[in-house]
This record gives sequence, structure tokens and C-alpha cells, in this order.
Amino acid sequence: MNEQLELKLKKTACKVRMGVIEGVYNAKSGHPGGSLSITDILTYLYFEKMNVFPNDPKNPDRDRFVLSKGHCAPALYAVLAERGFFDHDEIKKLRKVGALLQGHPDMKHIPGVDMSTGSLGQGISAACGMALAGKLSNKSYRVYAALGDGEIQEGQVWEASMFAAHNKLDNLCIVVDSNGLQIDGSVNDVCSPEPIDAKFEAFGFNTIVIDGHDFAQIEKAFDEAEKVKGKPTAIIAKTTKGKDVSFMENQASWHGTAPNAEQYEIAMNDLKNVMAKLEG
Amino acid sequence: MADVIKKATRDSYGETLAELGAENENIVVLDADLAAATKTINFKKKFPERFFDCGIAEGNMMGIAAGLAAAGKIPFASSFAMFAAGRAFEQIRNSIGYPHLNVKIGATHAGISVGEDGATHQCCEDIALMRSIPGMVIINPSDDTEARAAVRAAVEHEGPVYMRFGRLAVPVINDPETYHFELGKGITMREGNDITIIATGLMVERALNAADILKNEHGVNARVINIHTIKPIDRDIIVRAAKETGKIVTVEEHNIIGGLGEAVCGVVCEECPVPVIRIGVNDCFGCSGPAVELLEKFGLGVDNIVQTVLKNK
Repeated sequence: MNEQLELKLKKTACKVRMGVIEGVYNAKSGHPGGSLSITDILTYLYFEKMNVFPNDPKNPDRDRFVLSKGHCAPALYAVLAERGFFDHDEIKKLRKVGALLQGHPDMKHIPGVDMSTGSLGQGISAACGMALAGKLSNKSYRVYAALGDGEIQEGQVWEASMFAAHNKLDNLCIVVDSNGLQIDGSVNDVCSPEPIDAKFEAFGFNTIVIDGHDFAQIEKAFDEAEKVKGKPTAIIAKTTKGKDVSFMENQASWHGTAPNAEQYEIAMNDLKNVMAKLEG
Repeated sequence: MADVIKKATRDSYGETLAELGAENENIVVLDADLAAATKTINFKKKFPERFFDCGIAEGNMMGIAAGLAAAGKIPFASSFAMFAAGRAFEQIRNSIGYPHLNVKIGATHAGISVGEDGATHQCCEDIALMRSIPGMVIINPSDDTEARAAVRAAVEHEGPVYMRFGRLAVPVINDPETYHFELGKGITMREGNDITIIATGLMVERALNAADILKNEHGVNARVINIHTIKPIDRDIIVRAAKETGKIVTVEEHNIIGGLGEAVCGVVCEECPVPVIRIGVNDCFGCSGPAVELLEKFGLGVDNIVQTVLKNK
């Protein structure tokens, strides 16, 4: 990846992170930790990889994205707003009565949301269904889904994985946002899903382990996924929960807590400093 | 009198799917290792490229169906009612109901007429579960003719539909030449003004037999209404029956909690309060045995309908 593109993506991701904090702060609830860990992946998908149409969000030929870890909606919304699917002002109304942006993704009303999610383990099945439909209709679109490493404790994830490999859904690429933390603590203390890559490999996936904050590695992984035929790909992205907000990084307690006014200022300052560094 | 033709509505389902496959290439059929029992095998034989066995994983199957529908297909997801509505309830609620996706759920082996397999497979809770999901259409056909029409109506309807089919072969009571199915509209099968029997599914035929006995042996003219669409329910036909006959007996092969009886009570209480007596599985689990014997044992025999009407008329 050339430096110019990498810098551009990093700046976009930083803006998206500000959107996450802004949304969760104004809503006084929500899930900042995992939203910040998946931000770089989402930024890459929506700004580089996926064929999407902000002015025609339901275009049948579009690539699809399913946020199986639906609680990280603040990141998806911030990316979609940044990409022009809806006005950025909607972010401030997140989770409020009558707002467009629901606490979890709502495909019925929110432009750019391809699947309603929130109940963990279900989005990957829907993504498989979309990939299967693409095959049946001879469409060339690809389907992406993001899962949490806590989420893969849900048995349905493995039912879906079996289905995806059995049906050779090579137009499906899932990403496991492996930030190592879930509500009750470390995933390895709660009920270890490790080794994640070996599990998906055993289920018939092509697996790739990357640093989920390194755009060069992200690009390479998605490019490889597109080239692998006959099987789906699982990208295990090692990430930092709460990425780039000093007091949230690697803290399970920031899974589902909103910052107060003081914390909001600190978080936004952290992100402004990241942006300032990027702008040199 | 001509011989009574009997057929299980699961057969009607499978055969109609196979017909529809030829008419609509968007139809995709999913099953969870029960194709021979749910009769989706009929579709599989004709359209193997549009049939997907999800294995024994009903929750995932509902999610696959949701994804197919989100991408423009018309998926039919099939399993036994217990596992379709029961095990996969939350997937249906969140992945299909909430986004109002165009998924058709073909649930066979509903009710205690499953028979010998016993309580674990006799689902008498599915209507209650499905009724509680906003926007879900529920069809419980009474015979082969109605079941075929119901499957076709489900394709015409945009949105989630739960269809309830039986394992037991039941008499064909609707003439395919003259039968007309309208989603959400009950059918008056027999006129009468002394009392109304409102039935659904295989109990409609039994209600008609009860009405014959009531008329011939007891001089009671019972109106018989067939409610094939439990949701949205036909309020008008129920209110009219309440006003004109003053009393209602509901009959269903389902728990009396959460099923047709409560749906009728809801309408009657709000619009024209009259006594409603519910006949159904009386809030208990089933047991093993031949289907017809079980129907008698659990109060779903013709005689119990007759006696209940006589007691309450």
C-alpha cells in the first residue's frame, strides 16, 4: 500500500473514531470499545474495498457488509456517514427516540445497513444466505461480515461456518475482531475461543491472521480472500479494544459504557492528537 | 357416499413447493435434515440446485433464509414446528421478523398428532410464539386443498409467513374446484345461530362432524367457522358470530394458552363480550401413542366438542 493511501485511510479512520465517541457520548450509552477496535477494518472496507453506492444503497450489485457484532453500530454508522450514506448530524441523535440510528443496526430504515443485527451469532448466517443468493443469481458481489471474538462463543457461528465451507462460499469473507475482551473480562478467562484461526481452518476456511490496525496487512488479507476459490476466508484481526482513546484501550469496562463530559473531552483530545500527528 | 380422501398437509406443502419451483425461479428451499419428513424432498428432486440442506442446525437455517431474502430470493425454511418455531424462535424474531424479511417458514409435524414420537416432538406452543412476533403471518390450513392454496398465498404475500402443517393424513373437506383462499379471511363452513364453533387446522373437520351430531341428535344449529389465518385474524367474522350466536367455542390442536382461543378472546372481549370456551391441549405436554388416540385423549375428539357445546349452549 502506498503511503499516501495509508495516510488517507488513517485520517478517515480517525474521523470515524471521533464519530464513535460523539455518538456514544451524546446517546449516554452504547459500545465504544469494540467500535474503536473494528474501525480500521470498516474504514478499509467502505473506502477502499467494497463496491457500494451511497446514492443507491440498495443497488443489487453492491458488495454486502453484515456487522454480526451489531453492538459496534457506532463504528458502522460513523463510517456510513463519512462515506455519504446519510448526514453526519444523525450521529448525535444515536439511540434517541425517533432517531434514524437505532442502538443496533436496522436495515429497514438506515441507508447502507445491509442486515439488522445485534443478537450475537446471527449476522454470519445472514451473510451466508446473501453469499448463497449471489452464487444462485450468478452475481459477482462479495459479502463481508465482522464478528467479535466473544461472539464466536455462540454455537450458531459454527453452524454457519460449517454451512459456508460446505457450500464453498468463496464470495464470503468474515473478519473476527480479535480484541481479546468481552463484557465479563478477557475472552480467555470467560470461555476461551482460542485458537481461533485453527478452529476456522478446521471448519474449512482459508484463514489469515493480521494486525487489524495495519492498513497494509488489512489490504493484503482482503486481496488474498478475493483470490481464494472454493472456500470462504476468515481474517482474524488482532486488535486493541478502545483503540486510540487512552483510557479505553484494553479495558473490558469500556465495552458498553459511555464517557461522561470530562472523559469525552479527554477522548476527543486523544483523537485530535492522533489526527495532528497524521497531518504532521 | 364417496370414499373420504385423506392427505397430510405436509404432503400438500411439499407437492405445492415442487409446483411453485417451476413457476418462480426465485424460490429457494431450505431444510434441516428432515426433507423426507417435511416433504421438501419433492422440491429437492425437481430443483436440486435450489435446495439446500442446512443439516441439523435450525437457528442457522433461519439466518440463511434471512440472508437469501435480503438478497431478493423467496426462501422456504422447513423443519418440524418444534424446532422451527421453538428452537429457532429468536433467530426468527430478530433476523426475520424485525427486518420484516420475505421468509416463508414451513413448519410440519405440529401439534400432538405427531403421535408416537411423543412430547419432545409435539409442538403445541408454536402459534403462541409466532403470534407474539410483530408482522408475522400465521396460516394453519385445515386440509390438502387449503394447504396448497396457503403455500401459494404465502408466496404472493411480501413478508414473513409461518405455515403450520401436520403429519397425520386428514380428510379433504374443501372442494378444490370451488375453494377460494383469502389471507386473513375466515370461512363460514356451516351456518347456524345457536352457538359458533371456531376451529383451525385439522380441528375444522372435527368441528364439522360435531356440528352434524349437534344438529341431528340435539337440534342445535352450530355455526362453524374455519380460521386458517390465525394472524392477522379475521375480526369481522368473529364479531359477527359473537353478535349473532352469543356464544363461541374455539377448537385447536395447540395449547389453549396463546393460540386461536386466546386470539378469539382478544377480539370478543374488546368488541362484543360473550362467553368463549376454549378447547385445546389443556396446558400440558403430550405423550406417545397413535395420533388419533392422542387427539381423543387430549380432548380434541368430536365427542368432546359436542359435549362442550351442549354444556355451554
